[in-house]
Amino acid sequence: MNATWSRFNITSIVLGFAFLYLPIVLLIVFSFNESKLVTVWGGFSTKWYVSLFHNQGLMDATWVTARVGVISATVATVLGTLAAITLTRYTRFKGRVLFSGMVFAPLVMPEVITGLSLLLLFVAVGLDRGFFTVTLAHTTLTMCFVAVVVQSRLVSFDRSLEEAAMDLGAPPVKTFFQITLPVIMPAIVSGWMLAFTLSLDDLVIASFTSGPGATTLPMKIYSQVRLGVTPEINAACTILIAVVAIGVIIASIANKRREVQRQRDEQAAQRG
Amino acid sequence: MSNIAATAAPSSETAAALPTRLAKGFVDRLVIIVPYLWLLFFFLVPFVIVFKISLSQTAISMPPYTPVLDFTDGVSGFLAGLRELNFDNYTWLTQDALYFNAYVTSLIIAGISTILTLIVGYPIAYGMARAPATVRPILLMLVILPFWTSFLIRVYAWIGILKPEGLLNQMLLSLHLISQPLVILNTYTAIFIGIVYSYLPFMVLPLYSSLEKMDYSLIEAAQDLGCPPTGAFWKITFPLSLPGVIAGCLLVFIPAVGEFVIPDLLGGSQTLMIGKTLWNEFFANRDWPVSSAVAVILLLVLTVPIMFFQQAQARAQEQGK
Repeated sequence: MNATWSRFNITSIVLGFAFLYLPIVLLIVFSFNESKLVTVWGGFSTKWYVSLFHNQGLMDATWVTARVGVISATVATVLGTLAAITLTRYTRFKGRVLFSGMVFAPLVMPEVITGLSLLLLFVAVGLDRGFFTVTLAHTTLTMCFVAVVVQSRLVSFDRSLEEAAMDLGAPPVKTFFQITLPVIMPAIVSGWMLAFTLSLDDLVIASFTSGPGATTLPMKIYSQVRLGVTPEINAACTILIAVVAIGVIIASIANKRREVQRQRDEQAAQRG
Repeated sequence: MSNIAATAAPSSETAAALPTRLAKGFVDRLVIIVPYLWLLFFFLVPFVIVFKISLSQTAISMPPYTPVLDFTDGVSGFLAGLRELNFDNYTWLTQDALYFNAYVTSLIIAGISTILTLIVGYPIAYGMARAPATVRPILLMLVILPFWTSFLIRVYAWIGILKPEGLLNQMLLSLHLISQPLVILNTYTAIFIGIVYSYLPFMVLPLYSSLEKMDYSLIEAAQDLGCPPTGAFWKITFPLSLPGVIAGCLLVFIPAVGEFVIPDLLGGSQTLMIGKTLWNEFFANRDWPVSSAVAVILLLVLTVPIMFFQQAQARAQEQGK
């Protein structure tokens, strides 16, 4: 295909990305602002980062958020992968329509509805709101995102590999762990990361399902944002962005390396 | 080696396959049942509870509603409860014009924002799809990256830009384009900007994936036959990208209707959206039954677009195979 890379195309991409990135760049720039006024530049300073680390409430919230994120993302990755396998491999079983509905609906469901309904469930079964309930809520939401990510990889998976393994006598479970899992691993890893960042990011569902002692970082940021924009929040946001960006970069480098290794293996195999 | 021997001899294969098949049946069932039960309990059952609570009355207690349809008194108690069900919360919603206005405004705002997002997102997706194949993965990564940064942070960043003494007004004032700061923050305009900005990746990604698959020789053929570029766009490119357009619009529209963070932070107290109304009923008024009723109606309003979305997803899944 001959791709014409016209001036119009370049302009729309440049403008589009400027729109996407400018607000984040400004936010990062103003976190290094000496002045307390967020919109007036008063010289370079890292004092907001220093004061951030002395803000005990914010530090506690960060710790809670990190724990909720890791636990819920891990459970969600297991559940989401199972759901993805169910969606792609088992096309006929009772209640499949309902199942796929329950996987896809949370992706677009307004968060206020999901949050309220989960809260009412926790109250109905008598669970005290807190760390545990937020983790359960995040697991439920993020497993659906994991399912979609893993499913898109499974759909393009070459099943003859599995058939070959089973023809050679490998039991299904062993086939899964030795053949299928390594192949879909990149999707599982990015599913986990997506789940983790969604959990890190969520304000609405956490506000509904959390209780005393389990204030997450977005809840803390939100309550401070309502009082006004401060460089300290900019600093907190910058750190959050940096953590996620580093994670994404590491994951993509690892992915690239695996890809290169795979190609090398394939070439070696062909030379055989 | 024993495995090869097993496949070579048919009689031993059937003997070995039976326990394997039994084990496989068990594993299969487990694979399906675990996520199924999880979603049933944490996604579907909660909706039933929301509906139940929406029929109860507000009470000053914890939890702040009177119990309805309890099985604690046995079946007779349940039947008695059935007779006492009250739809007061729903009548309340219809009597107070505030709720009706909030639903209608939310639908209109979400609709306009979706169209705006499509207008902003289409050229980006098109430019990406026509970019050299080596650049495309990088561009794709750049669209996905903001998705990884916090939604709350991205909305928050706009406050500093849009407020009267914010960066946008400072820039426009220093360029002498305006003589007085524009009031954008705490208006519907700010909400539109916030939704378009936050949901842009959701629009661009499905658009890109359908535009990338397109056969561009069709356009060349149309132009060779004398069709002007705009005509070729509306007759060929747009119709072929329609699945992406539909998926993108649904991904933006449905969550935008119930959006809370954007109207709350950028729209201020003057703007009305149903997500914010529900939040306030719950957190400020502590009226759980009414907020449940608001949620039930919102869910009913969104049922049709959500079903469309699921069908589109299922179709995409079938095509992927």
